[in-house]
Amino acid sequence: MVRKKQEGMSTTREQILNAVRANQPALKVLPEVVIPADSINLQAKFTETLTTIGGKVIKAGSYGDIIDYIKSINKAGDRVISSVAGLSDVILSGNTSPLPHSLQDVELAIIKAHFGVAENGAVWITEYLLSQRVLPFICQHLIVILNADDLVANMHQAYEKIGNEHYGYGTFIAGPSKTADIEQSLVLGAHGSRSMTIFLIKPPSD
Amino acid sequence: MHTETKDHAELADVFNKNEARVDWHDETLWWIRQKRDKAVNHLPEWELLRETASQIKDNVLSNLAGYLVQFEENAQKNGIIVHWAADADEHNNIVLGLLHSKGITKMVKSKSMLTEECHLNDYLENNGIEVIDSDLGERIVQLAKEPPSHIVLPCIHKKKEEIGDLFHLHLGTPAGNADPQFLTETARQHLRETFLTRRAALTGVNFAVAETGEFVVCTNEGNADMGAHLAEIHIASMGIEKIIPKRKNLGVFLRLLTRSATGQPITTYSSHFSKPREGTEIHIIIVDNGRSKQLGREDFRNSLKCIRCGACMNTCPVYRRSGGHSYHSAISGPIGAILAPNLDMEKYADLPFASTLCGSCSNVCPVKIDIHQQLYKWRQVIVQNGYAPAGKKAAMKLMSLTLSSPTAYHIGGKAGRFVMKYAPFAVNNKLNLWYKQRDMPEPPKESFGEWYAKNRKA
Repeated sequence: MVRKKQEGMSTTREQILNAVRANQPALKVLPEVVIPADSINLQAKFTETLTTIGGKVIKAGSYGDIIDYIKSINKAGDRVISSVAGLSDVILSGNTSPLPHSLQDVELAIIKAHFGVAENGAVWITEYLLSQRVLPFICQHLIVILNADDLVANMHQAYEKIGNEHYGYGTFIAGPSKTADIEQSLVLGAHGSRSMTIFLIKPPSD
Repeated sequence: MHTETKDHAELADVFNKNEARVDWHDETLWWIRQKRDKAVNHLPEWELLRETASQIKDNVLSNLAGYLVQFEENAQKNGIIVHWAADADEHNNIVLGLLHSKGITKMVKSKSMLTEECHLNDYLENNGIEVIDSDLGERIVQLAKEPPSHIVLPCIHKKKEEIGDLFHLHLGTPAGNADPQFLTETARQHLRETFLTRRAALTGVNFAVAETGEFVVCTNEGNADMGAHLAEIHIASMGIEKIIPKRKNLGVFLRLLTRSATGQPITTYSSHFSKPREGTEIHIIIVDNGRSKQLGREDFRNSLKCIRCGACMNTCPVYRRSGGHSYHSAISGPIGAILAPNLDMEKYADLPFASTLCGSCSNVCPVKIDIHQQLYKWRQVIVQNGYAPAGKKAAMKLMSLTLSSPTAYHIGGKAGRFVMKYAPFAVNNKLNLWYKQRDMPEPPKESFGEWYAKNRKA
């Protein structure tokens, strides 16, 4: 129900909608998007694209590989956050406040992604995979765990996969935060994470 | 600002005083255009994507009222509060009202060309609200007290040394340090403090999906997300034309947007906001501000398809050599020149003339707006409405007189060749606008008519 602002006067909403209705042209059909995906090696393309835009891709056979890697890069006392089961060996979660601001000193966050997109190196993440929406942005460094089989070729396939899923918040993340606002010089680490490392998990086949 | 009274040509003159700088500006933007070409050439389906995007936007414009209502309904179902604003004043008022209702006096903002169009920052500051722009380029022009000169690259007109000086003055960096890495790191620290302490964040909207009531915000820096996810109230401002019908249409537009803008395959972050996080609010302000009027102008309605990639600016030979500020409008370049006259035909009468009509803008436009044809059509409309610049009017009258009479044409031609040969100073002076930044051609000895008459006899 639209509440009238003043008796006898139409609301701004009605004014705008009436003006639009009066001026919009005759209906044109919404086209179907028929753009076939190239048959490409998804892993190779994903790795190449993400590397080009400043990300890093590491192939792993198990979580053990990820734990070893994190131990090799971490300094003692670094705050490391993850809600991924199986990584408790490397977690140092510290502050347990429910405020997103309490994540401001997170050095490293490790999250999972639903799937990756080969054409642009992006991974799809919904808040279902995040303790806080701000986590992948506020951390200094970001590690994303992705099943090597969960890759699609392009964005049309990506949205096909997302379908009608309900989420409060979802985002495609493609590489580290960056800017080229100063004389077009590319600098990694603008406001979001300074680095993004993706572990492509593929258990060794028997 | 006194620049309000100057037209594009006069403002371009100011920019053109420093030739080395013009060359640098020109080359930088052309380099971005080349990056766009490289990215585009990787996709065999590029033209199909452009055509599809253009047709989706045709559908949007033909059913805009229906989609707006559908979007509103779904956004409300998701717990988003929707506001409508007929013009800039109403938009600014709504923002101020929301901040007042929460007792908030400081806000962080990510890039929104709509709020530039509405002059929101000035309005809020005059009403006691501090606004900090968080996109690095926007923060830089904000510190310089200038408007952005480009919709995607707000401070593309600035040299790093000038940015170093600004940071020295405002953020206390060492004098003379102009290293982009160092300056960006300084901005990161300074703005992190801002994000963590602001209760309100305002963002723009790249796409609003009617089917789901969600909206998408694209950034490379992550500033929109840092602001929105730490604030208790997120205000998102969108023009009515940002609507797209279905979620899957995002696949088409996200593939086109950054490839056209900077040559990237996608922005670092493409964030989909559907519901507010617990204990917080999301408000969307849907703004008309002249767009419904433009929708009614058959020749110009396609300009509403624009997804604000900036490709038309990067490729434009006039934009590259005159700078964004010469357009004295929030949105500069070719697309700005067809949007601005709709808002104020008299004030922006000069803009459609700031073009060579070469058509490069239309060729790179990801949604196939016929930009150069609209520039040409605006010229007719502006002249018919009596807003043509006086010098242009006089010249056109003389031209029309000369071309409509064979005698006048022949005498005029002879006189012109005589003057250019014996008295070149009569045309090589400041009164002749064509002489500016150009050399006049060598006059031919005779006209084609004279040559033909002579040679046919032989």
